[in-house]
Amino acid sequence: MSKRNVSVNVEYLTRVEGHGNIVVDVKNGELKTCELQIVEAPRFFEGMIRGRSIFEAQHITCRICGICSCGHTLASIQAAEDAIGFKPSKQTTELRKFLLHMENLDSHILHIYLLVAPDLLGVKSFVPLINSHNDVVRRALRMKKACNDVCDIQVGRHVHPISSIVGGFTKLPREKDLDAMLKILYDMRADMTATVELAATLKFPAFERDTEYVGLVSDDAEYPMLIGDVGSTDGVRMNKKDYKKITNEFIVPHSSAKHAKLSRNSYAVGALARFNLNADKLHPKAKEIAAAIGLKPKCINPYLNTAAQLVECVHSLEEAIRILEDFKKNGVNLDEEILVGLNEKGNIPVKPGNGVGAVEVPRGILFHNYEVDEKGIIKKANCIIPTNQNVNNIEQDMKKLVPEILDKSDEKITLMLEMLVRAYDPCISCSAHFLDVKFVNR
Amino acid sequence: MAKPKVAFFDFACCEGCQLQVANMGELLFDVLGAIDVVEFREVMSEKGPDKIDVAIVEGSITTPHAVEKIKKIRERASVLIAYGSCATIGGVNGMKNNFKLDDIRKEVYGKDAKYFETIETMSVPQVVKVDYLVNGCPVYLPEFVKVLKAALAGLPYQVPDYSVCVECKLNENVCMYQKGVTCLGPVTKAGCNSWCINNGNICYGCRGMVSNPNEKGAKDVLEKYNIPMDLIVNKMNMYNKCREIDQREQKKR
Repeated sequence: MSKRNVSVNVEYLTRVEGHGNIVVDVKNGELKTCELQIVEAPRFFEGMIRGRSIFEAQHITCRICGICSCGHTLASIQAAEDAIGFKPSKQTTELRKFLLHMENLDSHILHIYLLVAPDLLGVKSFVPLINSHNDVVRRALRMKKACNDVCDIQVGRHVHPISSIVGGFTKLPREKDLDAMLKILYDMRADMTATVELAATLKFPAFERDTEYVGLVSDDAEYPMLIGDVGSTDGVRMNKKDYKKITNEFIVPHSSAKHAKLSRNSYAVGALARFNLNADKLHPKAKEIAAAIGLKPKCINPYLNTAAQLVECVHSLEEAIRILEDFKKNGVNLDEEILVGLNEKGNIPVKPGNGVGAVEVPRGILFHNYEVDEKGIIKKANCIIPTNQNVNNIEQDMKKLVPEILDKSDEKITLMLEMLVRAYDPCISCSAHFLDVKFVNR
Repeated sequence: MAKPKVAFFDFACCEGCQLQVANMGELLFDVLGAIDVVEFREVMSEKGPDKIDVAIVEGSITTPHAVEKIKKIRERASVLIAYGSCATIGGVNGMKNNFKLDDIRKEVYGKDAKYFETIETMSVPQVVKVDYLVNGCPVYLPEFVKVLKAALAGLPYQVPDYSVCVECKLNENVCMYQKGVTCLGPVTKAGCNSWCINNGNICYGCRGMVSNPNEKGAKDVLEKYNIPMDLIVNKMNMYNKCREIDQREQKKR
């Protein structure tokens, strides 16, 4: 085994959002190359929104990714409002948190059921599961649709939400809307229980690598998703304005996604990072599930990001219900409904500034940063996507993993590498897309 | 009879339109009952055969590699559906064409710009022959189901060539111009059931412009509400910048 040659070359990794390749080259048992290549066609969002109104920013940048478009919307709005000095109302903030929970739930369900479960059940995609595990696929699609239906009611649709804009919402939920959303979410609880039961039977590969985890942190009792400072499990804590000191981005030629590092060679963001930083703030029901599946902070097995997603699903469902129940009790102030367009009427005062949004989206912390002039025109933009922050960490994981599994077959090594990358739930369509394993030279 | 072989492909895009398929919920089983999905990278590891009946293509063409790849897909497919605004009209990717390519590469990737090859953004029909168009950012599922049925039955599908205003009026929305903001509804193709305006926002023109816009009417409205023309042009260029490539080609002829 020790003198073995291995060459993995996965071109166009499947079941991930976006395009990427994995290249591994082992000669005489020694790892020569181990790269996660991002080959997605760059789309240059940061370049092309220059010259546009800050009131168009979220409409454009949410189109970076169809899966986390609500997350991009919220990070973009936060950066925009920060730049022009606008403070959202308490009601707006609560509704934004609600939207973020729906996004988290929707995305995690898609990932757990359609992208990861096929690996753990030993098939190539969810398509064969339609025959072998019909009830599971139906449940997945039912849960996915439930999240969508709630987003349809709240913001018009889940993919590229319509009514969530700078300043607030163009449409606010009426009593009947609250009832309709609550019914859907109450009904989802049974499917969530079944999801937890299924997940408890899945076997994840055993692999560990001590890692620095980064995400939002705060001093209050809430599991921070929308608002907070940026912190790490190595003890870093900074204001979101200093995000560049967190990400320290650098470019490598084999990837159109930029790489990031903080206290070590690399760091990780996402559900597992959030869990490791804030597990004590989860909803009690989510804590129960974590205990039941044996997930404890600090967990350093990247494959268990999927387990952390499961715990967050329970958290987001319960928190979403709580927010709606509060609105049922206290009412929604419909006078806050706004119409902004391009701010033709100057409803929202604008001043020049530099604003940062830092929001936890399903795959990890997302930064948007805009510099605007006195008319609210974007002069410079920067978006740092969770996957960009994770790519470097995935490579470090692969470098440790490959030598540990050299005794396995090519197929098994490839699968384990693909599963590792998929566990991070990479969203390569963000500013770049991703994934294929290339064994060079085995 | 064998079920038609259908494959999904994506180019520069957010993959949100493919995701709309997963958002069908259990209706997806009915669709999957009628077709055989042979390739769909986002959710499947399987790779499809050489010949496919229907190719559904999302995304814009933005690299030399993509030009070659879409040509190969066209050769493999009996029917090609351009799916979503990025594919049908270039969509938001077209905004890149507002800038010099070198300038925008340097803005995003600095001194490493040379690693990131890019060409002027083109829609799919600007590169290969397309049989059906499903407009929208994202696509409107009821329309996609209609187009898919038409494609499978070999029937034509006509994208409505009247403005979003027609549907918006039927939905009894108050006109956005009356509320004091500009809206691209008057010049944008219908078919989305005035989705954005129903939800309190304006139309951004994601479905592409009607082929014969009422320019005089639009100018009257702009004058009445004292709205500068360049504001509207800038708005149109959010989704419809790639139309300039067609205009340029027409002039050459």
